[in-house]
Amino acid sequence: MGRVRPGRAVQRRRKMLQSSVFGLFKISAAVNGAALVIIVYFLVANGWRAINWTFLSQPPLDSMTKGGILPCIVGTLCLSLGAIAVALPIGVASAIYLHEYARPGRVLRIIRLGINNLAGVPSVVFGLFGLAFFVVYMKMGVSILAGALTLGALTLPVIIGSAEEALRAVPDTYREASLGLGATKWQTIYKVVLPAALPGILTGAILGISRAAGETAPIMFTAAVFFTPSLPKSLFDEIMALPYHIYVLATAGTHIEQTRPLQYGTALVLIVLVLGLNLIAIIYRAHLRKKR
Amino acid sequence: MKRLLKMSSEHLDFFYGDFQALTDISLEFYENEVTALIGPSGCGKSTLLRCLNRMNDLIPYSRAEGTILLGNQNIYDPDVDVVTLRRRIGMVFQKPNPFPKSVFDNVAYGLRVNGVRDRGHITNKVEQSLKHAALWDEVKDRLHDSALGLSGGQQQRLCIARAMAVEPEVLLMDEPCSALDPIATQKIEELIGRLKEDYTIIIVTHNMQQAARVSDITAFFYLGKLIEVGETDALFTRPKLKETEDYITGRFG
Repeated sequence: MGRVRPGRAVQRRRKMLQSSVFGLFKISAAVNGAALVIIVYFLVANGWRAINWTFLSQPPLDSMTKGGILPCIVGTLCLSLGAIAVALPIGVASAIYLHEYARPGRVLRIIRLGINNLAGVPSVVFGLFGLAFFVVYMKMGVSILAGALTLGALTLPVIIGSAEEALRAVPDTYREASLGLGATKWQTIYKVVLPAALPGILTGAILGISRAAGETAPIMFTAAVFFTPSLPKSLFDEIMALPYHIYVLATAGTHIEQTRPLQYGTALVLIVLVLGLNLIAIIYRAHLRKKR
Repeated sequence: MKRLLKMSSEHLDFFYGDFQALTDISLEFYENEVTALIGPSGCGKSTLLRCLNRMNDLIPYSRAEGTILLGNQNIYDPDVDVVTLRRRIGMVFQKPNPFPKSVFDNVAYGLRVNGVRDRGHITNKVEQSLKHAALWDEVKDRLHDSALGLSGGQQQRLCIARAMAVEPEVLLMDEPCSALDPIATQKIEELIGRLKEDYTIIIVTHNMQQAARVSDITAFFYLGKLIEVGETDALFTRPKLKETEDYITGRFG
């Protein structure tokens, strides 16, 4: 038996295979990046002219062909922050239950199945559920509250999933160390596990808030209206919202061509808003990571 | 000097699901002595250690049968509060596992979770524990820096200080030096020698020289059974059983 020594031809073939496979991966990654760049470029190129102080600080005028989108910005901020305020505590609490308390078994499997299916439900179904349950049955009417709760339900699976992942990433040795010192399970979770998992949980919140801010279907029946010039004064007011406004301008108005620049402008504002919210969370997360 | 019995297991069996990890273990641990548990991997020595503070309760589908006495209380009695028990029986783990908090907060943690609020008392106790663990001089200027910035050996001494801060009666050590270099190991071993003046120490180790150096009593385990136990010097020089001799002379394991 001689030593294993691939011939030149084999070597060359392996090298070629290797570089072509890597090339394929590189292209896949590039397609992703390119899609984002193209979308943002398209929006900026078409929308930046629409953006000025009036656009950001005034309500729409003249059948939406003039004026601004202030009520939509405020509305979307209210809805996404409201959704996170609902979904984050419930989602993190559920994740803590699932990962830290629940014993593995049938009940746990059924709950998980439920959560996974919830994640797969189309957003328009959430909209109809919100309409039937929050708006009509709970008598909230078309309101920020009903919309935030509906969006909260929609983002819940995302939050639970990422919070559970974050809890799983906390080494068991932390839990053992804490319990070994005579801490209760809750003290262990509250003082050791949650702080260690917080950056990961925040990542989930970022994903959740981005999703909530951009959704149209869940809010069109529950919170958003075609037009209201005034800003909301309470949780029970109906509001305008950026994604729904884009939809209205692009499809339902009477002056679709005339409002084209405003549509791009609105979309650009929405993207910047989402990126801004993400940025705040990312900076906070980096701050938390540095502290340990 | 009269030996005082601190803890003992009596006819202890332990199961992971259907697998029996410990069979009929009866073993006594005395105050101010270091007891070393030795044996090849999977022999049950760590399982026994983790029964002594009921850390094994965390493992699903596991169960213990038999008795473990602390004083004259069976720690597996249903009315025993596991949380209080674990305060009385400290544990140091295989890999240093400081919390991602400051040096000070690591040591203060056990006090705080046990309801100590007095800041002066906490500060004193932290200093005392760090001195006791021979770490004070190295960390006194960086008490509020992250514990994760310490070296492995320092982290392990921090974990010992953390365990001692809540004034346990027994200290369990699960291969405390297996992740450390020889110099850090030597420091921990010296520390164990001093700590036994105040505590009952039970240490699991894979390193037979270490068992010989630090312990007074050595218990040899094989396949979930206690094979032989005796004074360390005697066990290493004149083992009674062939299995023990084979193991300590390196013929298997």
